[in-house]
Amino acid sequence: MKMATSSERSPPPFPEDLEPEPDEVGDQDSDDGEDIFLGTDNPLEIKMDPSLSVSDITSSTKPLSEASSPPVMDLLSEPASEASSAPMVDLLMEPASEGSSAPMVDILSEPASEASSAPMVDLLMEPASEGSSAPMVDLLMEPASEASSAPMMNLLMEPASEASSAPMMNLLMEPASDDLKEPPKPDIDPLADIINDTPLSEGKTPVAAMPQEPPSDLFDDEPSELFAEPRQSNTAKQQQTSIFDEPDEDLFSEPLGEASKKPQNDFFKEALAPVAKASNVCGPLSDNYNEHPTDIFTEEAITTLPSAVSTVSVNSKTNGVHSDEEEPDIFAEATVELSLDSPRNDRKKKEAAKPSASASAPAPSVSASASKPQPKTLEELEEEVEDKFELNISITNPEKVGDGMNAYMAYKVSTQTTLPMFRSKTFTVRRRFSDFLGLYEKLSDKHTLNGYIVPPPPEKSIMGMTKVKVGKEDNSSAEFVERRRAALERYLQRVVFHPSLLQDPDVREFLERDDMPRAHNTQALSGAGFLKMINRATDSLSKMTIKMNESDVWFEEKLQEVEAEDQQLRKLHIMVDSLVGHRKELSVNTGGFAKSVAMLGSSEDNTALSRALSQLAEVEDKMEQLHQEQAASDSFCFAELLADYIRLLGSVRASFDQRMKTWQRWQDAQNMLQKKRETEAKLLWANKPDKLQQAKDDITEWEAKVTQYERDFDRVSATVRKEVLRFEKEKARDFKKQIIKYLESLLQSQQQLIKYWEAFLPEAKAIA
Amino acid sequence: MYLLWDSWCGVCFQKLANIDLQHTICTFLLYIYIFYITIMTSTIDDSDKEKALSVSVDLNNDTSLLIDIPDALCERDKVKFTVHTKTTLSSFQKPDFSVPRQHEDFIWLHDALVETEDYAGLIIPPAPPKPDFESPREKMHKLGEGEATMTKEEYTKMKQELEAEYLAVFKKTVQVHEVFLQRLSSHPVLSKDRNFQIFLEYDQDLSVRRKNAKETFGSFFKNMVKSADEVIISGIKEVDDFFEQEKTFLLDYSSKIKDSTARAEKMTRSHKNIADDYIHISSTLSSVSVDDNTALKKHFEKLSDLFEKLRKVEGRVASDQELKLTELLRYYMRDIQAAKDLLYRRARTLADYENSNKALGKARLKSKDVAAAEEQQQQCLQRFNKLSESGKRELTSFKGRRVVAFRKNLIEMAELEIKHAKNNMSLLQDCIELFKSS
Repeated sequence: MKMATSSERSPPPFPEDLEPEPDEVGDQDSDDGEDIFLGTDNPLEIKMDPSLSVSDITSSTKPLSEASSPPVMDLLSEPASEASSAPMVDLLMEPASEGSSAPMVDILSEPASEASSAPMVDLLMEPASEGSSAPMVDLLMEPASEASSAPMMNLLMEPASEASSAPMMNLLMEPASDDLKEPPKPDIDPLADIINDTPLSEGKTPVAAMPQEPPSDLFDDEPSELFAEPRQSNTAKQQQTSIFDEPDEDLFSEPLGEASKKPQNDFFKEALAPVAKASNVCGPLSDNYNEHPTDIFTEEAITTLPSAVSTVSVNSKTNGVHSDEEEPDIFAEATVELSLDSPRNDRKKKEAAKPSASASAPAPSVSASASKPQPKTLEELEEEVEDKFELNISITNPEKVGDGMNAYMAYKVSTQTTLPMFRSKTFTVRRRFSDFLGLYEKLSDKHTLNGYIVPPPPEKSIMGMTKVKVGKEDNSSAEFVERRRAALERYLQRVVFHPSLLQDPDVREFLERDDMPRAHNTQALSGAGFLKMINRATDSLSKMTIKMNESDVWFEEKLQEVEAEDQQLRKLHIMVDSLVGHRKELSVNTGGFAKSVAMLGSSEDNTALSRALSQLAEVEDKMEQLHQEQAASDSFCFAELLADYIRLLGSVRASFDQRMKTWQRWQDAQNMLQKKRETEAKLLWANKPDKLQQAKDDITEWEAKVTQYERDFDRVSATVRKEVLRFEKEKARDFKKQIIKYLESLLQSQQQLIKYWEAFLPEAKAIA
Repeated sequence: MYLLWDSWCGVCFQKLANIDLQHTICTFLLYIYIFYITIMTSTIDDSDKEKALSVSVDLNNDTSLLIDIPDALCERDKVKFTVHTKTTLSSFQKPDFSVPRQHEDFIWLHDALVETEDYAGLIIPPAPPKPDFESPREKMHKLGEGEATMTKEEYTKMKQELEAEYLAVFKKTVQVHEVFLQRLSSHPVLSKDRNFQIFLEYDQDLSVRRKNAKETFGSFFKNMVKSADEVIISGIKEVDDFFEQEKTFLLDYSSKIKDSTARAEKMTRSHKNIADDYIHISSTLSSVSVDDNTALKKHFEKLSDLFEKLRKVEGRVASDQELKLTELLRYYMRDIQAAKDLLYRRARTLADYENSNKALGKARLKSKDVAAAEEQQQQCLQRFNKLSESGKRELTSFKGRRVVAFRKNLIEMAELEIKHAKNNMSLLQDCIELFKSS
């Protein structure tokens, strides 16, 4: 069950802001949320969201906030006028007068009471149903009744609760945006209703008060205030507000965002706008309203951000789910897992949005690593490629630390360098295996996004390590440790050999820092293998769904080449493994024969023959040794080389995938732009000048985005191409070197063999 | 001849690959039946000739009777050998003649010799083992099954390898039969045996009756009795130190050599496995090189080439070890059994003699049939003495023969190992240089 849900939740390559949230509800409230999610058959709206990038938060805060004000004002003013009309008033009054007068009081006084949630639903529902067209009623009714009753309760208790408001937001958003394209009026109606409704239900303040507030205030001042606002300790009230406030916030913000076709960077403002507005409207409650957003943005920084930054949202949500049932270890690692695979495409945006992201998010561990400053530009790095030989890394002295199942192997990582970036010329640190994995996680988090080929570390081997842990000082565990040591050394050398990776502060820290913080997230990595697998499965699934229209033949050919090579190398690896096995078998059999011949020699009664036979036994004995050594070098020089490259080819493919994802994002943005243009045309035709400006703004913005994404794509393409070429060069060099080494080992064993037999020959001839 | 073999095998293997597993073996047999293969040992190259003689040890230089098997015909799972004799002996009607003989005829000859009382004091050369085509056949079968997992190239190579193995088994079979006859012809007494001469000369099919079930059981029963008898008579005190020593030695030696043979077989098989791995590696490397467009393409090609060559050398190593070492051990395992049989027969007569002594004592005590018992006792003694005498001679010559054979084979093996290793070395050196230069 756990796994099933997590697989559903595991983020698609283009994390959609809306998708995970209803999903989340599905997790918490059994299937209701999913129903809702499935019910929203409006793929376009969903599609649009992923392309909303955080990057724009910073870039376009000012103009966009301005741009967004008119529609909001529209929304606010229109309902106002509507509200003054009779039917509207009826609608608003109706719920209040009917069943809710009592419960309403309840809501105000006892936020946690179950009764309050139901009326609330009614309140939200009814105005909508009456104020808008029939289909909308359905949409509102169904999910609202299902989702809100349970989630509402959650809202009061759980920090991750605001996620559950998603369905509401979702369903409200749909009608809103749908209707917008047609006559804007019915659309605004329900929205306004709800706006009005909420304040009504809470404070029963006149609706008219709302539009009177100057919206500009909200946009300019409120957000900062809200961020800065200290938390208050009125818990009862706080919870109360969160009931009303959260749905409010989401309901307003999302639909508004959709309706005004505004990217998500406006989200914060918009989200805050209604809240702030509401707070202005409802005097007595204003404190709570302010307080709540603060809550969201501080304590729940991660969870609030998601609506803007999908990466974090995904992570934090997984956290929420996992933390219910599993140990913090696993949960932490799960976070990394997810952030690894899914939200790659957001990374780049995040880089751009780094200041804003780090400003708004109080540095949660995940986003911290993601938003770490990017080391210099590529061009700069390339210059330094030639200096790479000034860095020598060796891993020595594998040492067992601890006892029992907690034991681990620590390796001495010695660095010799003349590079000025390091503090000294030689230094040594002790690292354990999981540190190496941690390094890889960090590097791959940062660099895979840009299309870099991050060398993968050797795989975790439970079998091998358990043997070591159990403490059997036998051959195989020694061989295992040596094999791993060599593999780690090669891995690290590949990392520092990579010009861009060498510049990474994490690499430097890994090499230099004495007390490496424990890499938790890798500790249970093998346990999380399953999760990883699922992620990979969804990843490959989404890969299949992406039909890339490859424009560049080079990439197409290369990808095919890489895939074919992967297949072949895998096969070769199996063959070489079998060679190793057979060689070991030969060694054993030769040893057996040697012993047997020695026995035969001892019972031979002809002295010369007996002597010759024992000589033969000796030769065969040496032969046994020789075959064994050869088997080891088969394995070390040849099989390991292949294993390394099979892993590396995986990374190469990952960088191709990354390029494809970037392309997909660009395509999505283009589609979006196309849609926006159509909307504009429609508006133009329908002669709605008030909406036209908004549409135009949207188009400009999306145009900018398309350009941006195209640039991203081009950049990633260039990087991938460069990386692949570099990889091929490295591979050729590496293979040549290793194979020469291997052949030399073969040669040497043949030389030994000749020596042994030549020494034996006179003995054989001496038989008389 | 090889061409025919190849085409036949080609048909066979294709069938093998295509048809149902159940029918594979049957069809295979059918094919063997339909197609007669003629192996002319004379066409086998010199080294093979040398190998063919490698086990036929210490033949006297007497050219009065020369036997070889120039032809063999594989008919179904039977092999028809053409036994060619060249002689100056007057006991034969012609100086040069050939006859067709089957494996069963050889067995008949051997059994006839063993059962001849007069030869009880001789080491009867061990009968050649039954031709065993099962193992290569089984492998072919497996290969047919595994065809899907291999590339065409690999498959072809594996097929060739198996064909070569099949051929090797065939040659070996011919060789052991030849050696059997040569041992007989070089033996001063056995070469004059009437049955042997009939075997060589009678130009029709001997059409020896196959042992029927009763006889098979009979011989099995005889063996049982023999083993039991051996245990019984082992209690009899040996009168001659020489035989006492020989007995302990042979018992010890036979168990050791059995072990060594088994291990040598294993070792040889491992070499073959490695050669097979080389095939796969080579072909995979070549397909890697086909896909690769980088600078490595050439290297992969070279490496694939190298492994192919290494494979051949490794295959040679395996087959040479098989012929020089395993076959030698195997032969002497059988020969020692023959020597042990001699010891048994002698021990049996010794036991008979002791019994006759006892009988004589009893007869004397009872004063009844003393003369008959005395005569019996005398006969036994005589027989025993005769056996002991010829046995001593035979065992001494056996020892000499064994030492010479071991010497020859060990030297040859060492030389071949060196040759192959040098071959390997030069291949590797060439390849390394190529790699380094490019």
